[in-house]
Amino acid sequence: MSDTKTITDTRGLGRKFADLDKTAVAPFLALAALFLLGALVNPNFLSIDNLLNVLTRSSFIAIIAVGATFVISAGGLDLSVGSMAALVAGIMILFLNSAAIDGDTAMLAAGIVVAIGVGALAGLLNGAIITIGKIEPFIVTLGTMAIFRSVTVWLADGGSIAMKSIAMRNMFRPVYTGVFLGLPFPVWLIIAVGLLGAFILYKTSFGRHVIAVGSNEDVARYSGIHVNRVRAMTYILQGICVAIAVVVYVPRLGAATTTTGMLWELQAITAVVIGGTALRGGVGRIWGTICGAFMLEIVGNIMVLSNIVSEYLIGAVQGTIIIIAMLVQRTLQKKK
Amino acid sequence: MRKLLVGLVGAVLASSMTFAYAQDKKVNIAVSIPAADHGWTGGVVYHAERAAKILEANHPGLKITIKTSPDGASQANALEDLTTQGIDALVTLPHNSDELTDPIRAVKEKGIFVTVVDRALSDPSIQDLYVAGNNPELGRVAGEYLKNTMKTGDVVVIRGLPIVIDEERQKGFDDAIAGSGIKVLDKQFGNWSRDDAFKIMQDYLTKFPKIDAVWCQDDDMAVGVLEAIDQAKRTDIKLVIGGAGMKDMIKRVADGDAMTPINVLYPPSMVATAMELTVANFYDQVPVRGKYILDATLVTKDNAKEFYFPDSPF
Repeated sequence: MSDTKTITDTRGLGRKFADLDKTAVAPFLALAALFLLGALVNPNFLSIDNLLNVLTRSSFIAIIAVGATFVISAGGLDLSVGSMAALVAGIMILFLNSAAIDGDTAMLAAGIVVAIGVGALAGLLNGAIITIGKIEPFIVTLGTMAIFRSVTVWLADGGSIAMKSIAMRNMFRPVYTGVFLGLPFPVWLIIAVGLLGAFILYKTSFGRHVIAVGSNEDVARYSGIHVNRVRAMTYILQGICVAIAVVVYVPRLGAATTTTGMLWELQAITAVVIGGTALRGGVGRIWGTICGAFMLEIVGNIMVLSNIVSEYLIGAVQGTIIIIAMLVQRTLQKKK
Repeated sequence: MRKLLVGLVGAVLASSMTFAYAQDKKVNIAVSIPAADHGWTGGVVYHAERAAKILEANHPGLKITIKTSPDGASQANALEDLTTQGIDALVTLPHNSDELTDPIRAVKEKGIFVTVVDRALSDPSIQDLYVAGNNPELGRVAGEYLKNTMKTGDVVVIRGLPIVIDEERQKGFDDAIAGSGIKVLDKQFGNWSRDDAFKIMQDYLTKFPKIDAVWCQDDDMAVGVLEAIDQAKRTDIKLVIGGAGMKDMIKRVADGDAMTPINVLYPPSMVATAMELTVANFYDQVPVRGKYILDATLVTKDNAKEFYFPDSPF
C-alpha cells in the first residue's frame, strides 16, 4: 500500500503491480463469494431478472461512489451527496413541471442539463468552502448536507415533489426501465461513468494530481500542483456524478421525497472503501468502487430472498457480511 | 374527521356569537410538532397551519404559535422557549416518548393545559387531553378487509420501522387474519420509504412466483410497491393495501383503481382535531379532558371524497 503512495518511485514498479493486482482483485473475489451465498440461499437469486434488478438498483450508489472515489483519493470526504441528490432531483422535477420549453423531448433534455448544472454548482459550493475557507471537509459537507436537505423539504412543502405531466413521465421512465442490447440502461450508464472515471483517474494528469494531493498535500504543492484547484475539482466531479445518478433516479418513481437519498452518503463511502480505496487518500480504485456498490445492493437482496434471518436481525447480518468482506480483502493485501 | 371539524367550527362560531364578550379573551396556544421529515409529518405541519388559520380567524383573541423541531432534543429546547413566552396551552406531537416525557411534565407543572397527539408519553398522567389514531385498528381493518374479500390467498407484508407504532399495527393485522385462509409469505422492514419499499417489492416478486396481495401499512411505501409491480409486469397481484390517507392514494381509491380499492385512515389532520378541542376548552366551556381516539376508518370509493385534501403535501 505504502509504495503506491510514492509517486516518483519507479524502481518498485514490478512489485507495485503485483500488489495492485491482489488488492484490486479482492473486492471481486468477495463479490463472487456473495454470488455463491446468494445461489445457496435461493435459486432465484441467479435468475437474470433478479440480477438485472439488483444491478439496476445499484446504479445510483455506484455512480455517486465513482465521484466519491475522486474526493476520497484526494484526501477529502463528501457527506452531502445524499441530500444533494434529493435537492438536484427536486429542482429537476420542479423545472420539468414548469414546462418552460415547448416539446417534451427538448424539455427533458433541458431538465438533464439543469440537473447536471445544479449538481456541479452544489459540488463547487462544497469545494470552494473547503479550499478557500480552509475548513475540514467533514464539517463543511455535514453543513451542506443539512442545508441541501432542508431546502429540499422546503421546496417540497414537507411532502413530495412529483412529475406532473403523465406524458413526460412515460417518456422519461425508460431511462430507468429501458433495455439496450440485453442490459438495462442504468447498467450501461454505470459502465460509461466507470470507463470515464477510470480514464480520468488513471490516464490524465488531473488523475495523477488527485492521487498526489491525496498522498501528500505538501509534496504535491512543492511539485507545482494547484492543490486547491485539484481538490475543488474533485467535489465538482462528485456533484456531476450525483446529478447523473439523479437522472436515473427520477424516472423510477417520478418523484423526489423528503427521504430521497437518505443515507446514500454512507453507502457511497462504504462502496468506495470496500472497493479498496483508502479513506486517508492517495489510492483510488474506480472498478473496485463499482464492485463495492454491487456488493452492498446484493447483500440487501440476499437478505430479502432468504428465509433464515428474522427481519429484525437483517442489519446485523449485513454489517457482519461487510466486515467479513473487508477482512478477506485485508488478508489478501498482506500476502505479498 | 371532516364532519367533526366542520361541526366544531360551527359550534365555535355559534358560541362566539352568543357570548360576544368571549371573543376578546386572550389565549396563547403553542403547537410543537416534528419537522416535516417524511410525508406524514409533512401532512401534520400542513394541517397544523391550516387549523391555526381557521381557529385564529374565529377567535380574535387567540394566538397560535407553531414550532417544528427536527429531533427530540431540539423539541425539548423548543418546549422551554415556548413556555417562557407565556402560553395557556400546549398541543404537542412528541418525537418520542422517552426523551420528551420530562420536558412536557415541566410544561405541565407551570399549570399549562397539555394536549398530546399521536405518540403517547411514558407517563400518561401528565396530559390533559390525548388525541391519537388507532394503530392496532389500522392493522385490523386492513386484515379484516383482506380476510373478507379474498378468503384465501398469499400475502406479503412491508413493515415500517421496528417501533411500537409498527408493532401495534402488525399485531392488529396478524390477529385479524388469524385462523383464516390468508397466509403471510414474508415480512420485511421498508422504513416507511418509497425507495426501500420498491426494492423489497422487487425482491418479493423474484422470490415468490404467486402473490395475491400486498399490505404495506403506509401510502408512501404503497407508491414504491405499485411501481415495482408495474415494472415487473406481474398480473397475479390483486390488491395493494396502504394506509394513512395520502392524497394520491385517496385519489386512486376515489377513481376506482382496481388494485387499490381501499385505504385505511391514520390522518395527519389529527393534529387539527387536537387543536380544535384544546381551543374549545378555553372558549366554549365544553369538557374535553380525556382520550380522543380516532377510528382507522376504511376509505372506499364511496367516502373517499371526504378525506381528500388536494392542497396538502401528503
